[in-house]
Amino acid sequence: MIKTDVVIIGAGAVGCAIAHHLSKHMIDVIVIDKSSDVGGDASKSNSAIIHTGFDAKPNTLESMLVVNANPMYDQLVADLDIPFQRVGAIVSATTDEEAALLPKIEAISHENGVFDVEILTADQVKERIPQITDQIKGGVWVPRESIIDPFIMVVALAENAVANGVRFLLGSKVTDIIVKNGAVDRVITETEEIQTQYVINAAGLHSDDIASMIGSIDFTVHPRRGQFFILDRSSNLETPHIILPVPTKKTKGKLVSPTTHGNLLIGPTAEDIQDKQDRSVTKEGLDEVLHGVKKLMPAIDVTYAITEYAGLRPTKTPEGYEIYCSDTTEGFVNVLGIRSTGLTSSIAIGSYVVQLLKQNGLQLIKKPDYIAKRKGIRKFSTADMQTRKQLIENDPRYGNIICRCETISEAEIVKAIHSLVPATTLDGIKRRLRPQMGRCQGSFCTPRLIQILSRELNISPDRIRKNDKGSELLFHREDKP
Amino acid sequence: MIKKEITCTVCPVGCLITITGDQAKIHTLTGNQCQRGIPYATDEFIQPTRILTTTIPIKGHRNARIAVRSTAPIPKALLFDALSIIKKIHLTAPVNHGEVIVKNILDIGVDIIVSGY
Amino acid sequence: MKILDYDVVVIGGGPAGLSAANTAKKNHANKVLIIERDDALGGILQQCIHPGFGLHEFKQDYTGPEYAYRHIETIHQNNIDVFLHTTVLQLMDGSLIAVSKSGLMKINYRSLVLAMGCRERTRGAIQIPGSRPAGVITAGTAQRLINIQGQDIGKNIVILGSGDIGMIMARRLTLEGAKVLAVVELLPYLSGLLRNKVQCLDDFDIPLYLRHTVIDIVGNHRVESVTIAPVDDENRPMIDKAWSVPCDTLLLSVGLIPENELTQQLDIIIDPKTRGPIVDQTMQTSCKGVFACGNVVHVNDLVDHVSAEGAKAGKHAAIHAQTKTDIISTQTRIIPKEGIHSVIPQIVIQDEQDDMIQMALRVSTPAKKASIIITSNDDILYKIKRNHVRPGEIQMIKIRPSLFKDLDQVSIMMEKES
Repeated sequence: MIKTDVVIIGAGAVGCAIAHHLSKHMIDVIVIDKSSDVGGDASKSNSAIIHTGFDAKPNTLESMLVVNANPMYDQLVADLDIPFQRVGAIVSATTDEEAALLPKIEAISHENGVFDVEILTADQVKERIPQITDQIKGGVWVPRESIIDPFIMVVALAENAVANGVRFLLGSKVTDIIVKNGAVDRVITETEEIQTQYVINAAGLHSDDIASMIGSIDFTVHPRRGQFFILDRSSNLETPHIILPVPTKKTKGKLVSPTTHGNLLIGPTAEDIQDKQDRSVTKEGLDEVLHGVKKLMPAIDVTYAITEYAGLRPTKTPEGYEIYCSDTTEGFVNVLGIRSTGLTSSIAIGSYVVQLLKQNGLQLIKKPDYIAKRKGIRKFSTADMQTRKQLIENDPRYGNIICRCETISEAEIVKAIHSLVPATTLDGIKRRLRPQMGRCQGSFCTPRLIQILSRELNISPDRIRKNDKGSELLFHREDKP
Repeated sequence: MIKKEITCTVCPVGCLITITGDQAKIHTLTGNQCQRGIPYATDEFIQPTRILTTTIPIKGHRNARIAVRSTAPIPKALLFDALSIIKKIHLTAPVNHGEVIVKNILDIGVDIIVSGY
Repeated sequence: MKILDYDVVVIGGGPAGLSAANTAKKNHANKVLIIERDDALGGILQQCIHPGFGLHEFKQDYTGPEYAYRHIETIHQNNIDVFLHTTVLQLMDGSLIAVSKSGLMKINYRSLVLAMGCRERTRGAIQIPGSRPAGVITAGTAQRLINIQGQDIGKNIVILGSGDIGMIMARRLTLEGAKVLAVVELLPYLSGLLRNKVQCLDDFDIPLYLRHTVIDIVGNHRVESVTIAPVDDENRPMIDKAWSVPCDTLLLSVGLIPENELTQQLDIIIDPKTRGPIVDQTMQTSCKGVFACGNVVHVNDLVDHVSAEGAKAGKHAAIHAQTKTDIISTQTRIIPKEGIHSVIPQIVIQDEQDDMIQMALRVSTPAKKASIIITSNDDILYKIKRNHVRPGEIQMIKIRPSLFKDLDQVSIMMEKES
């Protein structure tokens, strides 16, 4: 049996942000996730935007956390080396009815404490985004809406937590939580039994399953599926800013956004579904995305699509953020209803939860030797020639290019496999370094990545997985020598 | 009497040739637009043959496998029999391009040779 | 940074590059270099272990590795320099930057031959709906895993697309003990060569479904099934006629795309139809001294054609490397019109020799009887009858450049005969 002070269930943005904040203190923390890598469900497949909260419902826990999270990012991305750009967004009205709503959007922004918004004329929008529709009627400029690499953000939070002593138990589903004398006692997973004082339920889509392990619950969580396209860099489409639609009563609409890697992201749909595993894309969904974004940017052409994917946003009924200590089970904290805004708010939720634990008697003493900085893997592709030369001199594997689309070297891949939160699967490597994310989608590098993973992890190639258990890429061959 | 339809691959026309006959003898042959289709379809009817290619595990080589082939076409019906013999073989580098791996496989006068490098 | 000088530098050591380098040497280029990122020469031929190569060029039925081996032997006899494990990072006018484990190098060239080949179209490019499990793989990737790395990629397999690699993999997988359940093709006709259908599908009773497509992929971790549906005249799936096929692998053979990301660094003009550089009959691109050949120019059906293009590029790269002044000649643009998808070369230049040139055409629809016609305004300059033309098979025609003398552009088209 393992002993710890705090167990966090869920290694998505929220769980890892809580771990990151707790790791500043002298307590023992374990993060558990059913998946074999960090990144959760919603945290890895979303629109990759750090919001300002300008359009949140005012005077809610959600609006407070989102609005306060946004300014925290400048320090966070500098400390933890996360790709991030304050590109700004324009809420773009394409009809007179939508244009009439712009003053209201401005008013709500102000009510949320987001005062740096500005109403733009059609000409001003066109000047900033030349490829926007000629039907543009005007917009609202939201300068602090930003783009981030959401997966690197989670990895960076997790790696920094590990550097400060947090342990991760990945690929091990929580099967039960044992309560003794009205207080949390043990967490049982598929592989371990962990004695702990506190349990934090940051399980997102599965937070209802976890909460019900300690008693009856009065809410449900279902997935809201969002389908996206990623378009290749070589398309002639570009926008320097995020283009947000004017939300209608029916839908929040489809957006167009640059990504931190220079691609274009379009989406999402918002489909309420039941199956918590159903990450499939559908023809109807993709058509809907396309139809929606063409209203903003008619030139969008899916012949440049390099991939399509779907993410599942946890949708709680009743809706809204709820973060509280259980009043029936001592030491149990629920972090519920964290929906699409959760990527942004996670960093604020982390410190909110730490405060909550403090109020509930957890002794928190600052670590004197806390490591505040985390450095990502040095990239060959973005280095200048002099740096490249030095990188190869220090590690010749930097000169062996494995992914030709994104110019990723063997050295980077090996470093990711042996990092603090190791990449042990093809998806793990993909999300950290982006091989298989370029225009060839891995048809060239996949066989080579399998060889490198097999060699570095010292396991047979037929045990290399795409992601979780059951996603092995190869079958065992009987006639192996 | 057997009836068979054979797509001719001698040229891109791809005539659909219909043959009737028995084990060793052709009775009728129709559908060919040129004379080249006759020997092709006859061979395909009486005893179709194919070049067999596969790979063999090899140690000490840059790759895990090396390509091999039959030196001449072998009867289609014997493809899997020949494969089951080849599947038992494991090689160790160095082997030479063109080296004979199985002499006279299945006693049909055809060798299996290394075609890789 | 190490600095090297060459007369002719060839990027890519596949069939196009091998042929270009050998022919450059034969045409008296002094220093010739091949840059290859793999650990051996031969390119994709290394994994194409099936026969059918060299029937035109050597009158022999070689396998891919055997065909490559013959060319590689000549490379060694010719003392051509070869850098393996080396990736070109940047192309500039007159020089390039490459990298290997031993470091960065700047290589100056007089002539450059682009022979980078092509890549496979992927699931993302054709937007197949469904989940994203393991077990969806392009045919060429599967071929490498099986034939080079000796892995087992699946037991029960559906193949989308009737391209040559897909059909060849159907046979290969069957011989390896897997079950190929269906080959599904959106078009009403085969994408690949007819002989591959006969020898790879018919031989093993593998069903081919023309005018069908895959409309769903099911499975959370590994493919569990795919849904196949027929399509109507506008390629819309007929959902009510769809059926599910339990399988563990979906192999994609849905086309190849010339790999021209490096090419674009030199601002070379790309043909939107072929997605490769526009070339003249010497295989010179819009950039002087830069030649291109093989699948980087357009996707070929036969390796023999690739080698022939490589030879043209190599020869003229050698001549360019030895010529002090550029010859200025008049150009005629060849415009594909009705019935013709694309044509190589896209430009014909006039020269004194006026040697016969070969034009490679891809038709856009199949036809039993057709005429290929070249016109200038309304004048017919050339007409030839062809039987049984198919988009999967390149048509070759031979003409003299002087036919186009003093013409800025001509049109090429196919007329179907009823």
